[in-house]
Amino acid sequence: MPQAASEHQYAPLPAGQPRRKPNIFVRIIRQWDIQLMVWPGILLVFVFAYLPMYGVLTAFMDYKINTGSNIWANTWVGFKHFEAFFNAPEFYTVMRNTIIISLLKFVIGFPAPIVLALMLNEVRHMLFKRIVQTITYLPHFLSWVIVAGLVTAMLSTENGSVNMLLMKIKLIDDPVNFLSLPEYFWSILISANVWKEIGFGSIVYLAAIAGVDPHLYEAADIDGASKFKQIYLITIPTIMPVIIIFMILAIGNLLSAGFEDILLLAGNPVLRPVSDVIDTYVYRVGLANYRYSYATAVGLFKAVISIGLLAMANYIARKSGNSLW
Amino acid sequence: MARIAISDRLMLIFIYTFLVLLSFSALYPFWNALAVSFNLGIDTSKGGVTFWPREFTLENYEIVFQDDRLLNGFMISVLRTIVGTVTAIVMTAILAYGMSRRELIGRNYYMLFFVFTMYFGGGLIPTYLLYRSLGLMNTFWVFIIPSLIGVYHMIIFRTFFKSLPAGLEESAQIDGCSNWGIFFRIVLPLSGPVIATLGLFTAVAHWNDWFMPSIYITNEKLLPIQTMLRQILNANIVTDMSNNLDTASAGRIQAMRTITTKSLTMATMMVATLPIVMVYPFVQKYFVKGVLIGSLKE
Repeated sequence: MPQAASEHQYAPLPAGQPRRKPNIFVRIIRQWDIQLMVWPGILLVFVFAYLPMYGVLTAFMDYKINTGSNIWANTWVGFKHFEAFFNAPEFYTVMRNTIIISLLKFVIGFPAPIVLALMLNEVRHMLFKRIVQTITYLPHFLSWVIVAGLVTAMLSTENGSVNMLLMKIKLIDDPVNFLSLPEYFWSILISANVWKEIGFGSIVYLAAIAGVDPHLYEAADIDGASKFKQIYLITIPTIMPVIIIFMILAIGNLLSAGFEDILLLAGNPVLRPVSDVIDTYVYRVGLANYRYSYATAVGLFKAVISIGLLAMANYIARKSGNSLW
Repeated sequence: MARIAISDRLMLIFIYTFLVLLSFSALYPFWNALAVSFNLGIDTSKGGVTFWPREFTLENYEIVFQDDRLLNGFMISVLRTIVGTVTAIVMTAILAYGMSRRELIGRNYYMLFFVFTMYFGGGLIPTYLLYRSLGLMNTFWVFIIPSLIGVYHMIIFRTFFKSLPAGLEESAQIDGCSNWGIFFRIVLPLSGPVIATLGLFTAVAHWNDWFMPSIYITNEKLLPIQTMLRQILNANIVTDMSNNLDTASAGRIQAMRTITTKSLTMATMMVATLPIVMVYPFVQKYFVKGVLIGSLKE
């Protein structure tokens, strides 16, 4: 074990005794005060993160609520609930929406903060830069309830600012109830997400850009490289490791198309054919229709695919030398 | 810089224009809601309120602050945020400090144990059933206990603690200071920026959470304001304008003809938002300084 060397520092053996390493339990007890720092955390994470994983077994059972925490009292049904999901009439809609929404979020929402960070980096006016940063961070700190409320107010047919603007520039004659028309839902959802996170997401990239050696830019200036070329040839390659790490994580989350945002923005049931994704489906069939085992199975299906995607993305990234593990 | 190439200048013009438009769009919906919340309800319904209140009034806020249920929700939110943030930061920091010590036996296994939960979880339903069987339904503790340890925050803390000079601990140890003493008397006082950053993030998560109460809390006395607001906004979509204000004391509002659902909703939204919006700019200088980036590769 790598920590063996430092243990001696912590608990030196008395001089003159034979140099035998004490039993591991003895060594753990000798450092009881440090162990006591981590064990409350281990127990909490065990209860609140690992016990639900154990509860995942109910996906292979017909879970009955009256069995409580003794899940072994339920009957095993194998892959029945998984098969039921694959054959369910909603399967196609849910999977299609999940994939399309998350791909849209990935393609638009992932690069947006990077572009913003690159733009902010070109701003030499520090006060302007700070004001833009502070303002664009604001939406991140609003809850999805508030964001959905603001979106609803902006798009409202009764004096919503968007409808008023569109009518003023004569693009439409009558107010459009955007939040009840399925064809607009994906655009609204993606825009709201980008709007909320673009500023805050740019922070890590700005921090990474700050680590670029300024001499590189000076040399490029002397060589007559344009700003655009400098961004393309110096800044982006330097922050690439950070971009790749976030990309791996984003790929691992591809099946998490959204939850709170969809739940709150798709309040109108007409939107369900375009808004229903795995997570909202799990929530609805599980907690509203009480099909616990079925919903657990759907959730597990998603978790397994996600971890597969993550491992795959990490494997590809490792070939370029920038992996998570 | 004496000369700037034409293409560079065009690019700068584009960037500044874009950033101004982006800032405008980031601020406007919030600003507009603020203006509406200070505007007379019936005047707002005539349309055209954009940047400033046309007929300034405080009556929307008066109604909100007279409503016992909303006030109770606000207090629950405040209580939950304070208790939840303080306990979570203390617990997570203690754990992270232990994990940052090189002599901790088993630290690699512990780390694996924690990091695994970042990539895999039981999901909504098993979690819900667990909380039920733990008796967390309809208790205040459901807000606090499950979120005591944030694994991602633990890693950030741990990275920071590891970056502190080892000499500090060594000299304290020589002076006979215990490990817990080192943590509370030396390490914690040096961790101001990290505590401010992670404290803000934890507080925001607590303040903004509406979903957890919506499934674990049925007792109205325990509902935080965000969940109440969700119910109000939902009612706006589904039911008729005139009878949807059950969550904001209908009788009084019917009597006051100048108030509308919209103006009242906007005022409630501002009450549920302003505490956070007034705090984050002061912590900004810490969280933009790359406190987070050091933890990326773990």
